[in-house]
Amino acid sequence: MAVRRLHPDQPPSFAFSPENLAWAKETIAKYPPGKEASAVLPVLWRAQEQNDGWLPEPAIRYVAEMLGMAYIRVYEVATFYTMFQLAPVGKKAHVQVCGTTPCMLRGAEDLIKVCKSKINHEPHHLSADGDFSWEEVECLGSCANAPMVQIFKDTYEDLTPELFEKLLEGFAKGNPPKPGSMIGRTASCPEGGLTSLTDPALFDGSGIGAWKKRFAETTGAAPDAKAPAASAPATPAAVPAAPVTKENLAAEAASGAVAAARGTAAGKRPKE
Amino acid sequence: MPKKLIIDGQEIEVEDGITLLQACEQAGAEIPRFCYHERLSIAGNCRMCLVEVEGSPKPVASCAMTVNDLPPNRDGSTKKVFTKSATVKKAREGVMEFLLINHPLDCPICDQGGECDLQDQAMAFGIGGSRYHENKRAVEDKYIGPLIKTMMTRCIHCTRCVRYMTEVAGVEELGLISRGEDAEITTYLEKGILSEMSANAVDLCPVGALTHRPWAHNARPWELRKTESIDVMDAVGCNIRVDTRGAEVMRILPRNNDAVNEEWISDKTRHVVDGLKTQRLDQPYIRKDGRLVPASWDEALAVVAEKLKSTAAERIGAIAGDLAGAEEMFALKELMGQLGVKNIDCRGANEAVNSAAGRASYVFNTTIERIEQADAILIAGSNPRIEAPVLNARIRRRWRQGLLKVGLIGTPAALTYDFTHIGDGMQSLVDLADGKHAFAKVLAEAKRPMVIVGAGAFARADGAVAMALAARVAEAARKGSDEGWAVFNVLHTAAARVAGLDLGFVPGEGGKATSAMLDAANSGALDLVWLLGADEIDMGSLGNAFVIYQGTHGDAGAHRADVILPGAAYTEKSATYVNTEGRAQVTARAVFPPGDAKEDWTIIRAVSGKIGRALGFDTLSELRAQMYRQVPALARLDHPHGGDGEAAALAKLASAGGMADATAFVSPVGDFYFTNPVARASAVMAELSALNKAAGSAGGLKAAE
Repeated sequence: MAVRRLHPDQPPSFAFSPENLAWAKETIAKYPPGKEASAVLPVLWRAQEQNDGWLPEPAIRYVAEMLGMAYIRVYEVATFYTMFQLAPVGKKAHVQVCGTTPCMLRGAEDLIKVCKSKINHEPHHLSADGDFSWEEVECLGSCANAPMVQIFKDTYEDLTPELFEKLLEGFAKGNPPKPGSMIGRTASCPEGGLTSLTDPALFDGSGIGAWKKRFAETTGAAPDAKAPAASAPATPAAVPAAPVTKENLAAEAASGAVAAARGTAAGKRPKE
Repeated sequence: MPKKLIIDGQEIEVEDGITLLQACEQAGAEIPRFCYHERLSIAGNCRMCLVEVEGSPKPVASCAMTVNDLPPNRDGSTKKVFTKSATVKKAREGVMEFLLINHPLDCPICDQGGECDLQDQAMAFGIGGSRYHENKRAVEDKYIGPLIKTMMTRCIHCTRCVRYMTEVAGVEELGLISRGEDAEITTYLEKGILSEMSANAVDLCPVGALTHRPWAHNARPWELRKTESIDVMDAVGCNIRVDTRGAEVMRILPRNNDAVNEEWISDKTRHVVDGLKTQRLDQPYIRKDGRLVPASWDEALAVVAEKLKSTAAERIGAIAGDLAGAEEMFALKELMGQLGVKNIDCRGANEAVNSAAGRASYVFNTTIERIEQADAILIAGSNPRIEAPVLNARIRRRWRQGLLKVGLIGTPAALTYDFTHIGDGMQSLVDLADGKHAFAKVLAEAKRPMVIVGAGAFARADGAVAMALAARVAEAARKGSDEGWAVFNVLHTAAARVAGLDLGFVPGEGGKATSAMLDAANSGALDLVWLLGADEIDMGSLGNAFVIYQGTHGDAGAHRADVILPGAAYTEKSATYVNTEGRAQVTARAVFPPGDAKEDWTIIRAVSGKIGRALGFDTLSELRAQMYRQVPALARLDHPHGGDGEAAALAKLASAGGMADATAFVSPVGDFYFTNPVARASAVMAELSALNKAAGSAGGLKAAE
């Protein structure tokens, strides 16, 4: 994080739009009289949203006057919280690259190199066309999909420098991709499909109640665990195998019957 | 409920609600600190005050932990606190090392050197060296006011200055922007601080980040001689320490007195220093052919004696100014008494204040300290912020505690606290006295009400009416107030005033008051006027009278004078000043008067000898013995009057009547920085005054535009 200063070029004035003003009044009214200053964060945030994603100096004074605070107090808040942008941000995208450990290990530094070459060498500076800007931020909570960037309110994950460049092109053209993983996975599911829990029977409902039946049968039978197969359910996963072997265990693991089968087989939980 | 603690093996009982740091101090343990200050809110961000508490896994910041917050021991035994253990030592060393990581090693060129908390505590609690080899942080210097020189790289982010400006001075302009390592102290967009008490922030700074700009690199603290004295810039009588080197006053610092100024002083009190060196009268002058020419003491005294002897008593007048000490006023009064002169006055334009109704009628009866117990305050005709900044800070402190109602009659001004504006002038006072205004009910219901009458109300032709009305309001407020609570307060603007009234430096039977003397001089009915440091009167009205000016500075009085007798300023003599509470305090001589100037009472004594009516004292102690015999109140040093005989005084005041004028009450202090000859001679005060004028009313300093 660098020293945060107000931008040298500031608009002459700032005022809320009528809708935002009504919203701000409503927000301030949530707090008891005399505690209007409590609304400083939401009101500042709305001011930033109205002003194309950055907070100009007149807005600090405007909000201070609206909340009956000293200018310096609002200035302190605006400089303390790094989500308040004190310099103009890109019109099409302000890229917040996560640089915290998991993202860094998975290549965030390469993304920053892309930012430096494609946008501006310095963070918080606009690209030549004014459409883009970038900054490095701390963890945004998508570590499982590292590395990632946040652009305005959406996150774009599983990036490589190539994918990231494509993403920026998308924003430049005005048709950004769908937020989320850029390699097509859903949330943080494994890349390239499932590697475990692949048995379709797990998901068709056939396993429901199977272990209970088998449990009743096995506890009724001899302790050598040679369960009779006659009344066993037809579903293959629920067929108790005896004796318990490694292979059987693997097969049964998914059925939920393994605990019962194993318990009785070892004679450990006879009374359950 | 008192709580028991064992601090460093010593069992003590401490009162409820105090901090662990205070408890440790009560047990005699020394706790180092940077951010903690008794008179400010608690920040707990420097971590220097760490102590070890039994049962706590980590060291505890003792300033931010109250004794009530300590969890009890499981076995119910008394809690043990360690301030000298190995853990504490290590913790302090660690904190110190972190603080010094980004602190520059520029002590040899730093103005704070020698009186720096960081320096002292690094010596006492730090380790010998540093293990830090990276680059240090560098911070741009900020402009935060004309009196404050900044070197922000030295800042350790204790935020004392921010808390002081916000809480005590009442000017929310300083702040800590950004965060973590990048945090910086600044004002909003580096606008200068326009406060009449800003320089105290510099005293609070534990490092050399903020230093006094007017004194920058003038002296090292160890080469200064310190003299404890009293300030005369206003009638509060702030306790000060005058630091001198050789024959020069280098600086003035506040001295702690909880009953008067705590540890604050106004910028005027502090930075008037250069005014003590410029425009000084260092030898007698006699006007010859319209020009003042230097003269010897013998010549000057001979002229004065000849004039005094040749003028009839009823054609002589004596006026004492705002900075005169009790000793010289006593001497002059005695001299005039010997000559049979009845035209003596010390009140200038404040003739409505009179000693006739007893002492309680002209002092601040409630006392400054008890402002903190008040629950309703009426301020009539005063802007305490510029007339008595330190007293105003007390009112603000009381107001911050909540449930204080303040009513103001006069020009509305930024007083640093909220108030109900009752009205502009006399009519509002009439309404209040008649119970017509809602604030009358507030005063009546209050258990500890205060009525403060300022010079804006009484320093006018109908001042006696204002005093009578205020006395009526006070009488009404007195009913139902707590037993022993004094209500009526007169806020004076001049340091000399109360002592003058105590001494009876007022017209005798048939004598003329200041305005009458000026009229008489103008019309030729007064031939000789002795001005004892009186510069605030209209010199143009002195007509053709022969003017003897005894004073310190080449100000208005000296320009009009026919004979100048150079006297000593308040830092150059031991003189008694009685503050607005009726508290007598004595200044001490820090340096000698410049050139041929003499202590004022000796000049008057010499004149008395020349005219063959020698006063009966040859030494200061003889003078004081006589003075104390006449006015015992002056001998009771550091005791406020405290409301004795208030009821009788109020009854007497209230009985006065007269014609009232409808114009608004305006504070007589037009320009805070130019109220007396010393301040007017000061270049620093001139600069501050100009800055404030440029800033306009935004600074809130000007009472009335």
